[in-house]
Amino acid sequence: MLNIKIKELRQKLSDKDISAVELIKYYHNRINRYDPEIKSFISLNETALEEASLIDQKRAKGDHLPPFAGIPIALKDLIITKNIPTTCGSKILEHFIPPYDATVTKHLKDAGFIIMGKLNMDEFAMGSSCETSYFNKTRNPWDTNRVPGGSSGGSAAAVAARLIPLSLGSDTGGSIRQPGALCGVVGLKPTYGRVSRYGLVAFASSLDQIGPFTTNVEDTAEIMTVIGKHDDKDSTSAKIDNDNYMSDLSGNIKGLKIGLPKEYFSESLNDELKNSIFDALKIMEKCGAEIVDIDMPHTEYAVAVYYIIATAEASSNLARYDGVKYGYRADGKNLNDMYVHTKSSGFGEEVKRRIMLGTYALSSGYYDAYYLKAQKVRTLIKNDFISAFKKVDLIATPTSPTTAFKLGEKLKDPLQMYLNDIYTIPLNLYGGCGISIPCGFDKKMLPLGLQLLGGYFEESKLLNCAYAFERATDWHTKVPDWLEKE
Amino acid sequence: MSKIVGKKDVLYISSLSKIEIDEDKMEIFTKEFNKILDYMDKLNELDTEGVEPTSHVLDITNVFRKDVPYSTSKTFPGALSRDEALKNAPEKESGHFKVPIVIEN
Amino acid sequence: MEYEAVIGLEVHAQLATKTKIFCSCPTKFGADANTQTCPVCIGMPGVLPVLNKNVVINTLKAGLALNSEVQVRSIFARKNYFYPDLPKGYQISQYELPIFLGGYIDIESEGEKKKIRLTRIHMEEDAGKSIHGANLNDPASSYVDLNRTGVPLMEIVSEPDMNSSDEAKAYLSKLKTILQYLKVSDCNMEEGSLRCDANISIRSKGEKTLGVKTEVKNMNSFKNVGKALDYEIERQIKCVGRGERIVQETRLWDTEKNITLSMRSKEEAHDYRYFPDPDLVPIVIDKAWIEEIKNSLPELPDAKKERFITKYSLPIYDSEVLTASKEYADFFEETFTYINSPKSISNWIMSEVLRIVNEKGCSIYKAGISPEQLADIIKLIKNGKISGKIGKQLFQEILGSDKKVEEIIKEKGLIQISDSSELEQIISDVIQKHPLEVERYRNGEKKLTGFLVGQVMKATKGKANPKMVNQLISKCLG
Repeated sequence: MLNIKIKELRQKLSDKDISAVELIKYYHNRINRYDPEIKSFISLNETALEEASLIDQKRAKGDHLPPFAGIPIALKDLIITKNIPTTCGSKILEHFIPPYDATVTKHLKDAGFIIMGKLNMDEFAMGSSCETSYFNKTRNPWDTNRVPGGSSGGSAAAVAARLIPLSLGSDTGGSIRQPGALCGVVGLKPTYGRVSRYGLVAFASSLDQIGPFTTNVEDTAEIMTVIGKHDDKDSTSAKIDNDNYMSDLSGNIKGLKIGLPKEYFSESLNDELKNSIFDALKIMEKCGAEIVDIDMPHTEYAVAVYYIIATAEASSNLARYDGVKYGYRADGKNLNDMYVHTKSSGFGEEVKRRIMLGTYALSSGYYDAYYLKAQKVRTLIKNDFISAFKKVDLIATPTSPTTAFKLGEKLKDPLQMYLNDIYTIPLNLYGGCGISIPCGFDKKMLPLGLQLLGGYFEESKLLNCAYAFERATDWHTKVPDWLEKE
Repeated sequence: MSKIVGKKDVLYISSLSKIEIDEDKMEIFTKEFNKILDYMDKLNELDTEGVEPTSHVLDITNVFRKDVPYSTSKTFPGALSRDEALKNAPEKESGHFKVPIVIEN
Repeated sequence: MEYEAVIGLEVHAQLATKTKIFCSCPTKFGADANTQTCPVCIGMPGVLPVLNKNVVINTLKAGLALNSEVQVRSIFARKNYFYPDLPKGYQISQYELPIFLGGYIDIESEGEKKKIRLTRIHMEEDAGKSIHGANLNDPASSYVDLNRTGVPLMEIVSEPDMNSSDEAKAYLSKLKTILQYLKVSDCNMEEGSLRCDANISIRSKGEKTLGVKTEVKNMNSFKNVGKALDYEIERQIKCVGRGERIVQETRLWDTEKNITLSMRSKEEAHDYRYFPDPDLVPIVIDKAWIEEIKNSLPELPDAKKERFITKYSLPIYDSEVLTASKEYADFFEETFTYINSPKSISNWIMSEVLRIVNEKGCSIYKAGISPEQLADIIKLIKNGKISGKIGKQLFQEILGSDKKVEEIIKEKGLIQISDSSELEQIISDVIQKHPLEVERYRNGEKKLTGFLVGQVMKATKGKANPKMVNQLISKCLG
């Protein structure tokens, strides 16, 4: 069961080998047994068993059921779920119960998925370690003294620990790919505009995307057919649908050109990581791919660009949390006091820091020097990708400069924490698709991740290459020893 | 761009963002803030004369919605009843959101 | 020292679309608090705006009618500030790339024609409403109603080309008429669908540079615009006269005290940190779309007025009144299809029909008389079947009834008596009854005809043809 694929689960359910109730109970048992230590969930859906029971009843009667009926899934607590508390990992939304669903939530419900609960995250998606959550610090299942990565730490950890077969997270600067690498699971950031952002609580609107965590690439392709759709409620949603993800998984990558940007392979890159990437590339060459050296000269500026643009957009997106209409409100002797106390005590340190950075970058006198400048450099970084994709089909890089670090290790120096995203951020600035797949372990048995980057709406190409690699290896099947007991 | 942000600047940003830093944390905050801004100065190494800024990555334009109210629209079901609208309000009265009084001259 | 005032107006017109600008909530005025909201306009977490196409179409119509230059590419920007009736903490507006630049409105003030130039026109969303303190209940609280958040607004900014409150009112009036012609806005200042702020400064006559300006807000009717501007101009002149400097500030018009008051609290700089809204995509207007809109524009007020003057040979005054509203003009022209008497129609509309319109506060088409019915009245008078006075009575009857004109006439017996033998009979009765007056008439007091005619009219309950009666009496009495 630990490495069962969604298509196998669907088969088992429809063959009545297992009932929906049994399936939910299986995962509930694992969650109850292991999550007290991993702390990946913020809240559990009380009605999950009930929903499963209804599905079983319908199946017994022979009623028509949607394709994924009974499959459990969990969502990053940044994704709006109707009548289920959605906290964004923050005190300021601790008790917020949305009266509406995100579009992806609706897609999942329509497809029959059972939402098991909401997963832990860095507060408002601002972080790379899941340590800024108001509620918990999620642990890496491979070493519970270490972080799972962030901001979708809970989503990655829960899948790595097999507490659920798949989950959704979000990626603004690497928040799916980096925790995916640190936890040894498959994490995809779709092309910007591929998955609807309606109901994804906004951090940086021009960068955010929802994406899946899975134990294998086939499942990624499968869930993309459910959530990768145009949405009229999102003006930035791309007007193309692509249901061919599954059928495009041939595993054949003969002639595929994979670019290796030297900027991602500096002297300082950890040897173990470097070697595992090169080993992975050798495997791909054996499968028929061609490795090509490429240049992406503006890579080193990406982090600076990101932390201006993302914080600027965030400072505006988070202005709505003012204690007036919903969420936490602190007392104040007048309105202004109320605003200040609410925000100063409702938001955590990192969120406050980024709001202030963003405010500064947009403020009168600094807009040109910071925000506008960053937008221009963003164009240069985007052009690096456009040029690269004229020469190659995909780009291969390490996902993260380090493996999972210890809790508290990087909290003291915000800038150090920001530099964790050095390999993932450029893709968000360009807007293409990217995936992290497990490609090995280091001496400490901590997972290593390989990142593949693709052009706009090239998910099929990307997933197919990841699939080819996965078929030739078994890194993705590894589960931490202590979690193997079913 | 390499201006050093001092306490006065932080107070100005606070007034704009409605976020205040405690007095005892002000020094560390300002130091870290400046460190980050210093790092961002890297961007000055690049000549961006004539480069168009990117505010949207995809070339999408003219996304519109029909002028049809929720009650009759299929694509956009979504009106809230008054109760739903006010359900999460920290304070409400007589069908309104309630806040400490707004002082105007 | 002679001073001249320099005035620029910033007008916000609520667009008369069915739904809000970025969500599908209805825009009806006067609904109970917080009953016309949704997650998007409340600014709940995770929501996104989607632009209402009719907002763009209405703005395009307005901009073209105001001679403004459409920008091929325009974007929305966020204007960031905190206020309880601004749920997102920012207003979606347009800043660097608005949809229209330039333009002008022709006005006439104190007999002089003038062109008032426009700076720009752009689209934005409205904010909600707040009620403060004891106006609802707790004096230490404010109460927020978000029904109005997201209602589409068009902001029209003029150049400081106006030099008097009269010119300002003429500008507003013309703007209102044009927008109403286009049906893009109700332009009702009392309901808030037309709002106006002014920037005023003074300078010595002949001076080219601008003086320090103040912004005047809260002028909630045309009348108050006039009063506020006059007051502020005076105030600034008196200020300068005392040797004081004008402070650049925002002042509110106080409708009770009839003065402008300084809003002192604005020590914080208005740093709105505008940046392009990443949730909305650019609007690109191509030539084909512009042509389509241009072709859909109705005849505009100035053109219509000129046409009424030439085609119908109407005096300027009549043309102005009739074209002040497109509906008045339509009503007039519809009536004209039934009877070729433009001046009569004009008189009837101006005196009788508009009287009802003003009394009832309704549209001309809902006053209770149709163009065809009005034409019938005029026909009957022209054919001598009824007198003008009876015509007015008939008019009132039509207002209160569903019946056809012929029916009403029959029922109420309104047909004028023009049969000379019938009249002569009645006249001789009257002569008999009033020998004294007849005597005095015969002795030279010719004006007593009026009295005698009046008696005949009384006897016939107004139905006698007064012209004929006059003639017959003269004939009778010699």
